[in-house]
Amino acid sequence: MALVSAPSPVEVEPDLDPDELTFLDKPWVTVVWNDPVNLMSYVAYVFGKYFGYSRKKSEKLMLQVHHEGRSVVSTGTREAMERDVQAMHEYGLWATMERAT
Amino acid sequence: MTGFARHRRSGRVIANFTGFEADLLRSLASQLVELLRNERAVPLDDVDPLEALLDFSGPTTEPEDPVLRRLFPTAYADDEESAAEFRRFTEGSLRDGKERTAIAVIDALEEAGLPPELTEDGLMIDVELTEPEAESWLRAFTDMRLAIATRLEVEEGDEEYWLSLPDEDPRSQAHDIYDWVGYLQETLVLALTN
Repeated sequence: MALVSAPSPVEVEPDLDPDELTFLDKPWVTVVWNDPVNLMSYVAYVFGKYFGYSRKKSEKLMLQVHHEGRSVVSTGTREAMERDVQAMHEYGLWATMERAT
Repeated sequence: MTGFARHRRSGRVIANFTGFEADLLRSLASQLVELLRNERAVPLDDVDPLEALLDFSGPTTEPEDPVLRRLFPTAYADDEESAAEFRRFTEGSLRDGKERTAIAVIDALEEAGLPPELTEDGLMIDVELTEPEAESWLRAFTDMRLAIATRLEVEEGDEEYWLSLPDEDPRSQAHDIYDWVGYLQETLVLALTN
């Protein structure tokens, strides 16, 4: 259990931009979009390989991309989503990121 | 041509290509490398129409090149500034990574015995890949297919259209190659997942 220590002076950065207080933000999401080129088997393979998702979950997300045109494949901080989007681009998937709704 | 299969004892992924197939894969991979290096593989005048269609190594100084746009998509749909930042930090390493995977394919084919100039008839090229190597091939196949499909303007559900083209149409031939690389990729995914 954590202990509360005696209060010590805390300095708030005077030029801190409230927009940068990311812990209050809604999380970000990585979206993969349907494209006419990538094979269904390959897309499911990428979700399993990169995110470590089970075969069932990977296939469900892949089918969502295929039928609905897009699927949210991961959720997290902005930095984490930038890594995920970059990884999807390395695999040749069409991915973007946006704030979670 | 039977595509890729897992070799039971070694756990490696194997495939046998004819010399022609191996040469074709090398040519596609080389064009990818040229494209990613901002260079034109061959001058665009005086080439035969099939070659021109398969030549996705167009000028890249213009960011509107549709192949590059597809290989390096915009990460933020509604935020130009963030999208530009993301591109600034990622496109270089994405480019290098895609170049490395294409070169890995060329190297593997040449190590398996593909000569610099294919002259011999009946040559067979047997490749044997570890799992990380196979993963590079998967990525390279994807990039080749994205490049050809973008040049051909392939769309969802347009198979009938491609089948309706006369065989001698170079676009039909390019589309056959696109399908063939897809077949290779499908068998490679199966070999890696089963």
